[in-house]
Parts: sequence; C-alpha cells; structure tokens
Amino acid sequence: MAEWCAVTGIGQTKHGARRGDVSIAGLVREAATRALEDAEMTWRDIEAMVIGKAPDMFEGVMMPELYLADALGAVGKPIIRVHTAGSVGGSTAVVATHLIHSGVHERVLTLAFEKQSESDTMWALSSRLPFAPPIVAGAGGYFAPHVRAYIRRSGAPAHVGMEVAVKDRLNALRNPYAHLHMEGINLEMVAASPMLWDPIRYLEACPSSDGACAMVLTNEANAGRAPKPPAWVLGTAMRSEPVMAYGRDQVNPQAGRDCAADVYREAGITNPRKDIDVAEIYVPFSWYEPMWLENLGFASQNEGWKLVDDGVTAFAGEMPINPSGGVLSSNPIGASGMLRFAEAAMQVRGQAGEHQINDAKVALGHAYGGGSQYFAMWVVGSEKP
Amino acid sequence: MRDVAVVSFAQSTSFAPDPLRNEVELLLPVMNEAVERSGIPKKEIGFTVSGSCDYLAGAPFSFVSALDAVGAWPPIIESHVEMDGAWALYEAWVRLQVSDIDSALVYAFGKSSIGDTNEILTLQHDPYYVAPLWPDPVSIAALQARALLESDGYSESDLANIVARSHKSAMSNSSAQRTSETSVEQLLSAPYTVSPLREHDCPPVSDGAAAVVLATADLARRISERPAWIAGIDHRIDSHSLGARDLTSSPSAALAARNAGANQGPVDVAELHAQFSHEELILRRAIGLDNGTAFNPSGGPLCANPIMATGLIRIGEAASRIMDGSASRAVAHASSGPCLQQNLVCVLEARDG
Repeated sequence: MAEWCAVTGIGQTKHGARRGDVSIAGLVREAATRALEDAEMTWRDIEAMVIGKAPDMFEGVMMPELYLADALGAVGKPIIRVHTAGSVGGSTAVVATHLIHSGVHERVLTLAFEKQSESDTMWALSSRLPFAPPIVAGAGGYFAPHVRAYIRRSGAPAHVGMEVAVKDRLNALRNPYAHLHMEGINLEMVAASPMLWDPIRYLEACPSSDGACAMVLTNEANAGRAPKPPAWVLGTAMRSEPVMAYGRDQVNPQAGRDCAADVYREAGITNPRKDIDVAEIYVPFSWYEPMWLENLGFASQNEGWKLVDDGVTAFAGEMPINPSGGVLSSNPIGASGMLRFAEAAMQVRGQAGEHQINDAKVALGHAYGGGSQYFAMWVVGSEKP
Repeated sequence: MRDVAVVSFAQSTSFAPDPLRNEVELLLPVMNEAVERSGIPKKEIGFTVSGSCDYLAGAPFSFVSALDAVGAWPPIIESHVEMDGAWALYEAWVRLQVSDIDSALVYAFGKSSIGDTNEILTLQHDPYYVAPLWPDPVSIAALQARALLESDGYSESDLANIVARSHKSAMSNSSAQRTSETSVEQLLSAPYTVSPLREHDCPPVSDGAAAVVLATADLARRISERPAWIAGIDHRIDSHSLGARDLTSSPSAALAARNAGANQGPVDVAELHAQFSHEELILRRAIGLDNGTAFNPSGGPLCANPIMATGLIRIGEAASRIMDGSASRAVAHASSGPCLQQNLVCVLEARDG
C-alpha cells in the first residue's frame, strides 16, 4: 500500500420518500457539494470520481454516470460506476479508497445515490428473466424465509425484531437527515402494524427513499491540510459468493464472515466487540441486526438477539449499532451502504451531532446485497495508523 | 506503480445472436479458457471484477448470476462495474497497485439480441430533456458523422474504406460476425440506414463474452513468455450535452491518450472501440495515430459488437498481438456513452527479460 487514505469531507441529502424538489442531478449535487464544503474543497480539487448505485431500473436511466458527468464536474476527469447490488454504496467507497491507497490519485470524490421515486423499485425487482424462474417477491419476500430460519435456529423471542425497529427509529430522531422521524414510536405501534412478509411487519421494514451520500477521500498529505479531523481508513474488504452453491447458508453467509475476517485483519482488530466503539450495519429488515451481529463476530452464533434484548446495541448501550437510525430509517438503496460507511466516519471524526457516540475512536461500516451474497466493509479510526 | 501485464485473453468463438444460451452459458467457456491459458489456478486468482449492464438483460442484478459461472465458492474478493469490461480492467489494474494481490480475472458479457438496443440505448440520455425524445443511437451517431463529413474534408468514401478494411481484416478472426471482401464502390451503393450511415457503418447485434487475466511483474514473467505489459492506462469523460460538444473531436480520448502515454513510441497496432465507421476517424486524430499503425486488425466493433465486452475485447486483441510477437507496442481504446462521450486508452508493450 503506497498511501494511507482518509475521509476529509462527508455530505448527505435530506432523505425522503419523494424528493420532488430536485432532479437526479440536483440530488447528487446536494450531497456532493456538502461533502466538498465539509472538506473545504471545490470541484476543481477533485481528481477522479467513483459513483455507485443499485440497478439502473430504479430510476429508468441506463448508466446514469454519463448523464451526471456535468452535474458532478467530472468533465475531463475519470469517473467509474460501481454496481454490486445492495452493497454498492460500500463497495463504491472501497473502490475509491483503492484509487488513494494505490497512489493513482490524491483527492477522490465518491458518491452513491438512489432516487426511487423516479421509477418503481418493486417493479424493477420483480421483472422476469427470460431464462430464470420468476421470484416476483421484492426484497422482503426474498429475505423473510431467512429471518424465519434465524428465529427457528436461535430460538429468539418474537419481540426482538420489534425492539430493533423501535431502537433505530428512536435513533433517527437524533439525525436531521433521516427519512423517518416517528415521534413516540413504541413496541405496540410496531406490533400493530400490518404483517407484510411473515414475520416481517410493516414497521420492521425499511422505507423507500430518495437520497444521496458523498465523501471526499484523500491521501495523507492532503489529510494533513484538512480543516476538520479526518477519519483514517484502517481497513477495507469486499467478498462475494454465488447464487447457488452446495452448503451455502444465507442466514449466516460465509462471504460475510470472510469479509469481516479480512477487514478485521487489515485493521488489527482481534475482538470486534471490544475494539470497535460503534458500528453502522446494513439492516433493511429489523431481524438483520441480530443476524449480522453474529455474522460480524459481535456475538456468537444464535446469541445476537440477546445483545438486542439486553439493550447492548441501543444508543446508550455498550456496543451501539446504527445510532444514525440506519437503513430502517432511510433507504436510498444505492446510497444506503455508503451512508453506513459515512456515518461510521462521522462518528470517529466527532461530527455526528446529536447522534454522536462519546469517545468513538474506531467504527465499522458494513453493507450487503444480492441474496445476502455481496459484502463490503470498512473500519475507520480517529488516529492515523 | 507496480508493473502489471495481460497474461491471457479469451473471447466467444462466435458473436452471432445466440437464442439458446443465457449470459452465464456464454461466459463460462470464455472465462475457463482465459484462466486455463493464464496458467494460474482459478482458486489462486486474487481479485475478480466484471463489466455488464442490467438494461441489456432487462432485469436487475444480471451480473449476480454470472457469479455462478465464476464458481465463487468459497467466497471471492470481487467487484463489478456497470460499464464496459475495459473499466473493470482499469479497476483491476488499480486494485493490483494495492500490493496485497498479484493476479486478477476481468470479464465482461453482453447479450444484446434479447432486447432492442436502439430503444434501450436511448435511456442513456438525460432523462428529463433528451431521453423522452427517444433518440436512437444510430441517429445520434449519424448526426456526429454528418458533422464530421461537413467540417473536415472527409467523404463517405473514407467511411467505406474503413468498413472495407475492417471486413477484410475480420476474415482472419474466427469470432467475427461480419467478414467480406467488398469494394468501396459496392459499399457506397448500399442504401442509407440514417444518412450518412449505411448498415455496414453501424455495428452488428452481438451476443458474447470476453475475459482477461492480469498479473503483476514477477508472476507475469513466471507464467508468460511474452506478457503484454500495461505501459499506461487512463480514462476521461466529456460533457453529456451533445449540444455543448464539438462532435467532430474527442477531448476525453485525447486526454486519456496523453495521460496513458500513447505517443511515447511507435504504435504497431491500435484496437479502437469505434462502433460506427466515422468514429475511427475521430479517434485516430484524438489519440494521435498515423498510417504507420494497423487499425483494428481483428475487424473491430464493426464486425462484432457484444456491448459491454467490446471495449475489453479491444484490450484483449491488442494484448494478443503483443503476446504472439506480431507487435511490440499497441494501443487499445474503449468507449462508453453517446457519440464517444467517455474514453479509455490502454498502452500495451512487450519488454525484454
């Protein structure tokens, strides 16, 4: 590795069901200009861009980086478009770190977005492939059986999913950018919400959001001149596994465990629960918090739900998870992974405002996608490695 | 920078529309061939990255099932760009600069025949002001060709010459879809598709895949007698607004070529991602290539155009000329977007020792 990489600017949009006040270009500029302002940079300072989003049918624009080149000041510059399913926001950031680590560039803008209101995500996820059996289930229908399998394996009581749903929505009240601000949310409200895909209730599912997130990444020399404390990238990792493989466990996927092992090794983390102060993990349906706690090594197998039930993952808990409110409170799909990475960086920079965790020095950002088969992670820290 | 070389390349044996095979089936033999030729055991390849486009398949996550062709089990370190495979190769080159990995598999696939590319590619335009007009790619290319013919002293014969040369070159490429020995006069007697472009000035509809294996210096020397070293690689983008661009030039291709060092030595071979005949004229000038260079000896995209793999194939074809000893220095070019909006230039060379 030729260079260390640091996050010196972060920006995100106000996320919402329908950002009808802006075009796609306007949405990405809102995040990008905030990241540049945070880094006290201008478009001119940026050498290259890495942009990510989930399937193009979510907006109905094919390879939108072409159309966005002007809005992102990319004319005359390199721009790469990453797409790794739901993990894309995370992998986009990882690809951008490689441009810095390699020494190819010194200042890179990375950005991810989704403007779901331009199209219909459920439709886009339900199209029938000419050669494949139709699933036509959307994401909730796809993941519900895995959640059921988790509950059966672990013996977790039914209220654990609802506890996550309440916790993340309470956290979102501290985050001005969050899509959902549900004052007074409680277990009774979640329990009374309609059952969508048994056992996932309406209020245990993520919203459908428009939103974007952007980060300025620099090498060490540029980070030294940054106006605010940088977040240092201590480790990155990406892992993928196929749709079909004998022995594949979609509840506790091997690719997730391997990805966590990779990123912990790189970041020098031996005991994640002790070494990591706060984590932003990709939880689109409430039960994925305990499932990923196990997959990421914060809890042993079938024990993740106990951390939730004991309040360990709450805002004031010993291992806070998703203090921003997480994917359950804002889900601009392509950006959701980058938001996890960015929120982790905000925590170690001490820039998380009302959802700042005290003394957060090391944080994990996590994203997953596909049928629980694409994983991207990074560990960031307040201290230069 | 670490030295990185292309050590193997494979592509579909035919790019004709193939109604019987899906993307995974198109990809599998090609990927296996590239890996076998590299001599690196598949499980030892450090990084895998691909390029493809959901809109061609008409379904989200079309690249996900391709992972089954890779056999990504146990899980692999992997990435994907929604771009031509040439940009996947760029990502791999960058990844190899981060020194923990020594080899990478890059692949791309496109099955254009299951949709109507003339409709689908209109969706690349500005969704608010341009795409609603449904500007098809041939009409957009014809605007560019017309601008070129009217401003630079080129004639339709220059376009026909490029087509005649490409079709003839393609006769030595067993994968090519279009091959012929046709005179310029014959070509000019064909009717226009969209003036000034005729059917042969436009690319065929193709299905297929390509794969390249990259290796860093020590490994490349160990497994390959004559690796095709990447001497420089860069990519740039122009404005999306066709009205804001001088369509007769390609500043992004010129800048990428300069940054990649295309002119720091003689160029024996150039494989250009010119999907329409007139684009070759623009690219030659932008990259700074003269008649001492053999252009598209494979026949180029006019003879086979598996969208999303076409650019990667240019790099593979150029590298093949280095690896087989018929060239010492080659330029490969890939493009994306309407009227050559985004361009990548990769300079490949042979090295002694």
